[in-house]
Amino acid sequence: MAQDNTATLKTADGTLLKLSLERSLRRRKRNALLLVAPLFLFILITFLLPIFDMLIRSVDNKITAEILPTTVPLLAKWDARSGKLPDELVFKAFITDAQIASKAKTINRLGKRLNYEKSGTSSLFRKTGRKLKKFKANKLTGTYQEALLKIDKKWGKIATWQMIQRESGRYTSSYFLSAIDMKKGIDGAEWKDEDSQIYINLFKRTLWLSFLITLLTILLGYPIAYLLASLKTKTSNLLMILVLLPFWTSLLVRTSSWIALLQKEGIINDVLVSIGIISDNARLSMIHNQTGTIIAMTHILLPFMILPLFSVMKTIDPSYIRAARSMGATSFTAFRRIYFPNTVAGIGAGGILVFILSIGYYITPALVGGTQGTLISNFIAYHISESLNWGLAASLGTLLLLLVLALYILYDKIVGIDNMKLG
Amino acid sequence: MLTSSSDALVRFENVQKSYDGEILVIKDLNLNIQKGEFLTMLGPSGSGKTTCLMMLAGFEPATHGEIYLDGIPINRVPPHKRGIGMVFQNYALFPHMTIGENLSFPLEVRKMGKSQREEKVKKALDMVQLGDFAERRPSQLSGGQQQRVAVARALVFDPEVVLMDEPLGALDKNLREQMQYEIKHIHERLGVTVLYVTHDQSEALTMSNRVAVFDNGIIQQLAPPDVLYEQPENAFVADFIGDNNCLVGIVTSESETSCVIRTEDNSEIKANKINIAGVGSQSTLSIRPERVIVNPEAGQVPNIFQAKAEELIYLGDHIRTRMNVCGNNNFFIKIPNSSHHANLNKGDTVTIGWNEQDCRALDAFT
Amino acid sequence: MKTFIKYSLASAILAASISSAQAETELVVVSWGGAYTKSQQKAYSNPFMKNNPGIKIVNDDSSNEAASKLRAQAEAGKVTWDVVDVLPDTAIALCDEGLAIEINPEKDLAKGTDGSSAKDDFGDALISPCFIPEIVYSTTIGYRTDKVGKTPPSTIADVFDLKKYPGKRALNKNPIGNLEWALIADGVATADVYKVLKTEEGIKRAFKKLDTIKKEVIWWTKGAQPGQLLADGEVVMASAYNGRLFSAIVENKQPVGMMWDAQLFELDGYIIPKNAPHLKEAMAYVKFATDTKRQADQAKFISYGPARKSSSKLVGKHAELGIDMAPHMPTAPANSKNVLYKDINFWADHKDELSEKFEAWLAKG
Repeated sequence: MAQDNTATLKTADGTLLKLSLERSLRRRKRNALLLVAPLFLFILITFLLPIFDMLIRSVDNKITAEILPTTVPLLAKWDARSGKLPDELVFKAFITDAQIASKAKTINRLGKRLNYEKSGTSSLFRKTGRKLKKFKANKLTGTYQEALLKIDKKWGKIATWQMIQRESGRYTSSYFLSAIDMKKGIDGAEWKDEDSQIYINLFKRTLWLSFLITLLTILLGYPIAYLLASLKTKTSNLLMILVLLPFWTSLLVRTSSWIALLQKEGIINDVLVSIGIISDNARLSMIHNQTGTIIAMTHILLPFMILPLFSVMKTIDPSYIRAARSMGATSFTAFRRIYFPNTVAGIGAGGILVFILSIGYYITPALVGGTQGTLISNFIAYHISESLNWGLAASLGTLLLLLVLALYILYDKIVGIDNMKLG
Repeated sequence: MLTSSSDALVRFENVQKSYDGEILVIKDLNLNIQKGEFLTMLGPSGSGKTTCLMMLAGFEPATHGEIYLDGIPINRVPPHKRGIGMVFQNYALFPHMTIGENLSFPLEVRKMGKSQREEKVKKALDMVQLGDFAERRPSQLSGGQQQRVAVARALVFDPEVVLMDEPLGALDKNLREQMQYEIKHIHERLGVTVLYVTHDQSEALTMSNRVAVFDNGIIQQLAPPDVLYEQPENAFVADFIGDNNCLVGIVTSESETSCVIRTEDNSEIKANKINIAGVGSQSTLSIRPERVIVNPEAGQVPNIFQAKAEELIYLGDHIRTRMNVCGNNNFFIKIPNSSHHANLNKGDTVTIGWNEQDCRALDAFT
Repeated sequence: MKTFIKYSLASAILAASISSAQAETELVVVSWGGAYTKSQQKAYSNPFMKNNPGIKIVNDDSSNEAASKLRAQAEAGKVTWDVVDVLPDTAIALCDEGLAIEINPEKDLAKGTDGSSAKDDFGDALISPCFIPEIVYSTTIGYRTDKVGKTPPSTIADVFDLKKYPGKRALNKNPIGNLEWALIADGVATADVYKVLKTEEGIKRAFKKLDTIKKEVIWWTKGAQPGQLLADGEVVMASAYNGRLFSAIVENKQPVGMMWDAQLFELDGYIIPKNAPHLKEAMAYVKFATDTKRQADQAKFISYGPARKSSSKLVGKHAELGIDMAPHMPTAPANSKNVLYKDINFWADHKDELSEKFEAWLAKG
């Protein structure tokens, strides 16, 4: 049939063929959409919305305007670079706001929030709130400014008011700056003091340790996966159970066994001392430091490397190696040129799995890592459940998410996501 | 006839093989393969033919005995130093390499220069009519094309011997037949020695100079295809190769070249004495269907019996007819579909007969 | 269909009536775990449950993270704790934030058995309107007797002396106590510690001193850990609550010794969270637990002193070992030659800042 005829093709009942086809496809599309809908909703509610909420929290800053409702608009008019304190109106508004907040017991929350910007603000607000409870405006003898300065001299510092003015907007970038060891100064972002720069180092350490752990799982997992793949199914299933055992052990049991094994008076040190490899007063520190984190995480993440490797190796026909050998390749060449390239997909899948998991790991490092073996996620957990600095936790989390995405894209560029096989 | 052991390229000498220390998969194998020969190992699965191939290639060690390649014992030579090309049933083309790279691989490991490699790869691909496919991946090729690449790859480094392990097993019938001819022609053109393993008898008969029929770890008969078909030496070979009718009976008398067998229904058949254990022993008679004559004239052949047509199967060029004769109701004859062929209906009784020469008395077949 | 509904309704009602018959009020009491919770269980909770059969007490060992967890619960709008055992500075902070309820000692707490009013009986221990005092205790240093040579450590400066006492130390992962000890070890008089710590230089000085032993410190987060680390021989000395060391030395006969120099002396007590699910039962529980008899009883199980004066006279012998408990109390004259009284108000005001500094210092490596 000639090409130009297709537009006028009709079905038996006279409707256009293209239209009719489209209609039948539309029904199929709608059905597909309906099938996907429950999962989509589930992911939306349990995954996408929380992530969105996290993103919002990392910049959210409505607390200042909420607790100091009259002060904030007045303070906005003040020229922070004028070299003078805000005028009396601001002080009056602040005392009024702070008194209300003190009675409502919310002032310390603001103190805590602003303490992230400048250390010492928390105690300043606590003290001020406590003293303002007894403050009576009608018994005021001097100015409001004098009254506030009497409570604490810090209220006479321009920097204090600059900070409140800076942090009175609806949104703030200070959490993100904090997450990369920076802070807002009067002239924009600047580095924090040497002593409080910790997060960039933590990100670096997290990446480095994750990389190391991934490498170790490859080195340890590859031969095991090879063995499993080349054994009879019955034997390999049995061995597979051993590989999966750490999965099924409770975290506490696992942690106590690591401690029993790795500590100074632990089994490994005892054995090394008794066979004379190390002397009794030079026992190795293998726990409560980075070594502990590396050992424990390599152990727990090993199955995530072995499983994809195993399933990829299982599909490699043994005749490939035989063919290569018959063509004159030594067993090493056959491995290097034929077997290994065919397992790259498994290494890629296992590697990305282990790497991403270890970037986000925090329980194990917290238990066996001491201070030098903790990762960025430990600080996210710390800020979520202990310091309650959720904004900083959210911005650290967001950065971590971006980092993982960036690595994922990099991986796609170098290795290609299509080359990844999970089994 | 190619039999003398001195100029054999490959020689199996008293080779035995066992995997578990209890069962011998290969029982005392002695085999000479001549240079340039196309030898096929034919047998049912589990008969030990692939094991022989693997031992020759070096992937399985012989439990006992020695294998010689060009007069040199190779039991201790690792596979990559044997210089034997190999074609696998599943082709075993490396999926991460292009066709060109696949063919280039054996040349690379031999440290051949680049230009020489390219030339040889091109020549090999042209030989299998896939000259334009060098840049493709194996997964982009059809089964037949992949098979041709596998053959080209096994030949590209000019091995003295090429082993083929059921290479056509995964192809459909038409393609298989076409490939049979192609491999045969390549063999004829290059003069390379081929050891071929298959369970398909027509493949074996079509391609080979000689066929070794395997069963139970033993070579039952080693002969050119026509000899194998016309003159099977035992009941297994007679039955395994081609259509065959079996009549079982006891030897009642024997002379130098002939004997008489009495079947269970007391019919006495004069037969060609090939492989019997003497008077009173059991014997299997082998008669090819196409050698049976329908309605023979009296005295035309020594064996004439009444037979009842049980079933007729129309096959175009001939009519396959199942008869009941001498107490065997599974006796097939072929009636050619010629212009004046015997007109037989189901249930008709006719006389059939055969020559003493065409009726081979063989060992008792269990 | 009708019968189906009828039957299912009937069975639902039946199930509801059974469960209501068995219903108990589950009172969640949060404390520090280990030997301490056990002593509270024996001295307070078991008799309380005996007197009030409808109430079941559920222990939660989260006191170490009490403030943050309670803040998180309040933030989430669902408080699940009824009674929380906390340190005074935590109580003050939570009180300031409106997360703990204020109590009236005269009305809500029991009178002393000697007739004194609750206010007088507790005296100075009532440091915040939300805080219900319970015990006095101290954080001290324990050491492995087999690993410190012939002269065991005797001053807090010995903890910072790696030459004299090489090996790992376990310290609380918390600025409280560590900063003060660092200053005392650096030569600051015990009485001046908080004055120094209020200045920037003082804080720097404390961290600088801590720097000298940083590499050799394992940081503990739960009260039971230092005892375990000492028992395992993982550390040669460890800061620990005096009651924990008592149980390691006297009850479990570990090769552990303790020194009382610069003991960090403080109170411990209860708060009741705002919006606690069982306010009435919680109030009854704290009143019962802090009466004269119960306070004296607890000292039979652990070497922490009662917070009320009327109980002090009643402290007797250990319930199982039968030894005199008085010499093991932080208040015993022999133990209190150099006492560091924790400045509760200082820590209520400065904990946020110093915790942040401390965490950053830890992370610096």
